[in-house]
Amino acid sequence: MRELGWPGAPAQKMNHLFPVLTALAYLLSFGLYVRFLSTGSKLTGRLGTVLLGLGLIAHYFALLERSRGSHTVPYHDLYGSMSLFGWLLAVTYLGLELYHRQRSVGAFVLPFILVFFLAAHLAPADRLPPPAVHGAIFALHVALSILAYAAFALSFVLSLIFLGEERLLRKHKVGDVVWRLPALELLAQMSQSSVLVGLVSIAIGTVLGFVWVDRLSSQYSFYDPKYVITLLVLALYALYFRLARTTAWRGARASKLCIFNFVIVVLSFTVVNLYVSHSHRYF
Amino acid sequence: MEIVLVGLNHRTAPVEVREKVSFTAEQAQRAGEELRARGILEETLVLSTCNRSEVYGVPPESSHECAPGLSTFLSEFHSVRADVLSVSLYHHYDQEAVRHLFRVAAGLDSMLLGEAEILGQVREAYRFAHERGATGPVLNRLFQGALEAGKRVRTETELGTRPMSVASAGVKLAERIFGKLNGHRALVVGAGTISEQVVAHLRDRGVAQLRVMNRSRDRAEDLAKQYDGRVTEWGEWDTALQSPDVVVSSVSAEEPVLRRDVVERAMAARGNRALFLMDLGVPRNIAPDVAELYNVYVYNTDDLSEVVQRNRSARESEIPKAQGIVDEHVAKFLSWQASVELVGLMDALRMKLREERASFLRARMEPMKHLTETDRAHVERLMDEMLEKLLLEPAERLRGERELRRKIQNVEALRDLFLSNREKP
Repeated sequence: MRELGWPGAPAQKMNHLFPVLTALAYLLSFGLYVRFLSTGSKLTGRLGTVLLGLGLIAHYFALLERSRGSHTVPYHDLYGSMSLFGWLLAVTYLGLELYHRQRSVGAFVLPFILVFFLAAHLAPADRLPPPAVHGAIFALHVALSILAYAAFALSFVLSLIFLGEERLLRKHKVGDVVWRLPALELLAQMSQSSVLVGLVSIAIGTVLGFVWVDRLSSQYSFYDPKYVITLLVLALYALYFRLARTTAWRGARASKLCIFNFVIVVLSFTVVNLYVSHSHRYF
Repeated sequence: MEIVLVGLNHRTAPVEVREKVSFTAEQAQRAGEELRARGILEETLVLSTCNRSEVYGVPPESSHECAPGLSTFLSEFHSVRADVLSVSLYHHYDQEAVRHLFRVAAGLDSMLLGEAEILGQVREAYRFAHERGATGPVLNRLFQGALEAGKRVRTETELGTRPMSVASAGVKLAERIFGKLNGHRALVVGAGTISEQVVAHLRDRGVAQLRVMNRSRDRAEDLAKQYDGRVTEWGEWDTALQSPDVVVSSVSAEEPVLRRDVVERAMAARGNRALFLMDLGVPRNIAPDVAELYNVYVYNTDDLSEVVQRNRSARESEIPKAQGIVDEHVAKFLSWQASVELVGLMDALRMKLREERASFLRARMEPMKHLTETDRAHVERLMDEMLEKLLLEPAERLRGERELRRKIQNVEALRDLFLSNREKP
């Protein structure tokens, strides 16, 4: 049992049932996706998807239970922020898998989901003061921002797979995995779909953030370096979206740009949030 | 209930014999009708592909006895000398016939291991026979089981997923880049046999637009006409390379016909849209340095042969898995067969015992004049009850037997011990 809450608050005990179920479901799903990639058994792939779905449900209840237990919101601390990121990454991936009917990249995405979920639990427990009540606009701003980061993370993974597969095809190393991975064009489309989800989310999320700041401008500073880097991320992904679809950059170059963009996202999520930003810490 | 199979295939008969013994749809129907009319078989199904001709049936009597009749029939039907045919024919009965068909449907008995077409051919042969009333409960169940097994092998193993010819490997590799080829465009350079093979594969995969370029325009037109394509003038590379996603080249040329500068210009014109080049010419038709260009994928004959070789090994490694599925379905069919036979056997046994009881009582009660009709009926009822009791326990035990082989052996033993040939169900 892990104690939750802020200094001075009555200690709450966290039930480990849902986190354990989540970890188990994600782990099994990962194993099944790997097996699907190595054997091509459709039944195994379907089971992988089912377990990912079950993991998502358990993960949702784990987040909900913790939020209720500690009277906070998931993004208020490092744990919640990372765990919510993992959950949204899983949601985005599952949506993409069902939309494109392609589950062979699951083996590459699940480790990221697992890492974020487990890292959140291994992170030292924060003892933060209870969050101020910011309202729905703020909650939506944060949720959409984290969803955008998750979608960008997914496009990063897909771009890595694209580069790997492209390299193998160019070198004529057509092994088992190449036959089971999605076609290069489909991978590019999946990456673009994911970036589109990220772009829409971050655009709406940013607008909502500005609306919220505008309402509370007397209380919060207008000038946060986070704004600049968020707009840069938005511009870079919009550029990727344009270049990958219509110009001579399509293919491996666009994938490399997507990877570069994600490096900027990581910088925004870590260095900028922790050391530069005034009002963004975990999102 | 027994199943008989007589046939020949690519392993047992040379093509000269196979082509003589193949059946057209009309012949398959006529053969089935004749076999049933002559009383050789009660249910019939003819499976005829380019590599095999097989007649499946359910005979009225023991299948072993009807096999020679079937061979003679085939010899007469196709006007092939019996001694020529007999060396090529194989006969399978019951379990072996079931196993053979399930292996055929799974692609395990094909010339090209795991080929996809055979399952469709089995399905079509079954549909054809079923619609004409040639099949009955046994063959219906048998072929439904075979189709089920074949479908499972296709979906649960990779026996048929990897291309096994250079032409199909090239087309499948193009799909690794573009996904499904419907909506994509192709250019075929050369109009020889190899080009034709690739064109057939491309059309099968739904290529939307096909262009043919050849030194001899007449041959290009023939090929284009055959596959609903259009002809492009020889040497007009700048125009020809602008739209296709896949280019297949197979012409005789001392020097490469596609040089780096030509492809480079084309790639610039098409905004670096990916281009898959399949070079099937020897000497090579595409300059090796074309492969260095961005978004250009070049595969020559050696590269594709290597892919095919690797796929062959991969397919072979799937055989045990496919065989496992076949075994599972064979066992399922035999279990059904055994349970049906058990019901038939018990009915036959009951009838025989009642006949025995009737003649026994007739003989023994004849002198007992003091017995009234009611007494006689009462005695008969009591004996019937006793017979039912006697039958019930072994029947239950047989029905509950979990091991299939034992179950079948016991059913056969019971039949052999208690019933004469005439009485066997």
